[in-house]
Amino acid sequence: MTATPTWVQLVYLACAVCFILALKGLSGPRTARTGNLVGAGAAVVACAVPFFYRPNGVEHLHHVPLILGAIVIGTVGGVVGARRVQMTQMPQMVALFNGVGGGAAALVALLELHEKVGLVAAGSEVSWFVLAATAFTIFVGSVSFAGSVVTFAKLQELMTSAPVTFPGLALGFGVGLVAGVGLGTQLVLDPSVGVGVVLCLVGLVFGLLLVLPVGGADVPIVISLLNAFTGLTVAAGGYVLENVVLLVAGTLVGASGTFLTMLMARAMGRSVANILFGALKGGSTLGAGVASDRPVKSANPEDVAIMLGYADRVIIVPGYGLAVAQAQHALRELVDVLSERGTEVDYAIHPVAGRMPGHMNVLLAEAQVPYEQLKEMDDINGEFKDADVVLVVGANDVVNPAAKTTPGAPIYGMPILNADEARQVVFMKRSMRPGFAGIENELLFEENTTLLFGDAKDSMSKLLNAVKAL
Amino acid sequence: MNDAVVWLTIFILSVFVGIEVISKVSSTLHTPLMSGANAIHGIILLGAILVTGTTDNTVALVVGLVAIVLAAVNMVGGFVVTDRMLQMFVRRKKKPVVSEGAAK
Repeated sequence: MTATPTWVQLVYLACAVCFILALKGLSGPRTARTGNLVGAGAAVVACAVPFFYRPNGVEHLHHVPLILGAIVIGTVGGVVGARRVQMTQMPQMVALFNGVGGGAAALVALLELHEKVGLVAAGSEVSWFVLAATAFTIFVGSVSFAGSVVTFAKLQELMTSAPVTFPGLALGFGVGLVAGVGLGTQLVLDPSVGVGVVLCLVGLVFGLLLVLPVGGADVPIVISLLNAFTGLTVAAGGYVLENVVLLVAGTLVGASGTFLTMLMARAMGRSVANILFGALKGGSTLGAGVASDRPVKSANPEDVAIMLGYADRVIIVPGYGLAVAQAQHALRELVDVLSERGTEVDYAIHPVAGRMPGHMNVLLAEAQVPYEQLKEMDDINGEFKDADVVLVVGANDVVNPAAKTTPGAPIYGMPILNADEARQVVFMKRSMRPGFAGIENELLFEENTTLLFGDAKDSMSKLLNAVKAL
Repeated sequence: MNDAVVWLTIFILSVFVGIEVISKVSSTLHTPLMSGANAIHGIILLGAILVTGTTDNTVALVVGLVAIVLAAVNMVGGFVVTDRMLQMFVRRKKKPVVSEGAAK
């Protein structure tokens, strides 16, 4: 800490404060965008500082052209990825960005280890606490990288989104953890780069084992958790590098990320431990994915148009399927037409609608749905019993009564939207395939339930035309 | 106070600040908040620049440059994608209402 000039430390302090303000801003709708920009500004300033002083006592920063080149490559990659990604693919994009951050932290810690090994060889004393923090960063950063890559693959459907389990998984998990702690201890007692690299590899395998058994709907929670992990690795890296801005920023993300993870898990009625280890214990078998052939009542768009057109109160339950079909614009138009006819229409947004908490709000905001029509679950759940028609578009698990009635179901205990209390329920579905959680929805077979099969966008525009023709 | 304790103090206080500042977030903003926090830990870029700029070992240099590329993707991509998401929230014509559910 002594080698760093005071002005540099003050700039770092200012940046750390800006990160606090950024997080504060991001948690309110009015201030969110400003908050994000404050954070971005602080990050740019903090990264520019090393070019203007003599870090770690060297004459000046070496390899400046190469460093700038690498920054340009990363920046271009990040901007192109961020601009091209579809709003529906947001969760996997966040996972990927998080993964590369974790990977970078692990590499930085490996380099720092290399330097510390040099110091030890030269006879200097390196505190065990610094070495422990280095080992932590290497291991957890690798876990975060590998775990995030798996979550990306699951959400991008490059692999099955169902839990992957195999005999010996729990054993491998235990062995990985013991090996990680053992190698970390070894690193503290006798620092060497070789052990660091092995620790890194063990971390990668452990990351795979951690995320593979997590199924479908739970993956976003894991993204949030890995995000917190990466934050903590950055904090530990900050301690090793004696850099206050890394320590504060990383800790902020680690703490708020952990808290956010628990909020999300609570919204799904689960505990974090249950999400991570449920499949290991054999408790949850998500993702059966078999279509049922039990009889259901289906209708054509004209029938549904009549139901909607003459209803006084309609509640829309949008789900991920709506966004995948890009039908949210047509849906908004339908709601506008219905409102003009005098029908009271609201959207009921389940906290985990979409693939990530709050994802559905982003998707509907993209279609310029007025914020006032989006009702949170707790506010609207009492109103379903007065609704004439509930229109469920591309959603399934969030209205599945099994969450209330079937103790054995994987989603049991998750708070759901009380669509089953409405007079009529209309499901717009592509097929009888179960939802993301892979379990059958009893509501589909109820007497007052009608199904409108077809691609959501196609059905929606047919429905819109039929309502207009009324 | 010795150095380690100073760092520990900063760490512990930051934990409380981190939880406190986001404790009132509404579920509407969970996704952008996660994404914004994700961008903030991209600050590891600063660490990557420091270790790469002070090494003279070729292998370390290459590893450091890889770390810089990865960290820059995390940081820049994270902030840009968060801004894209939030843009959609402010495009609303009517004044955004702070969620009452969050104030409870």
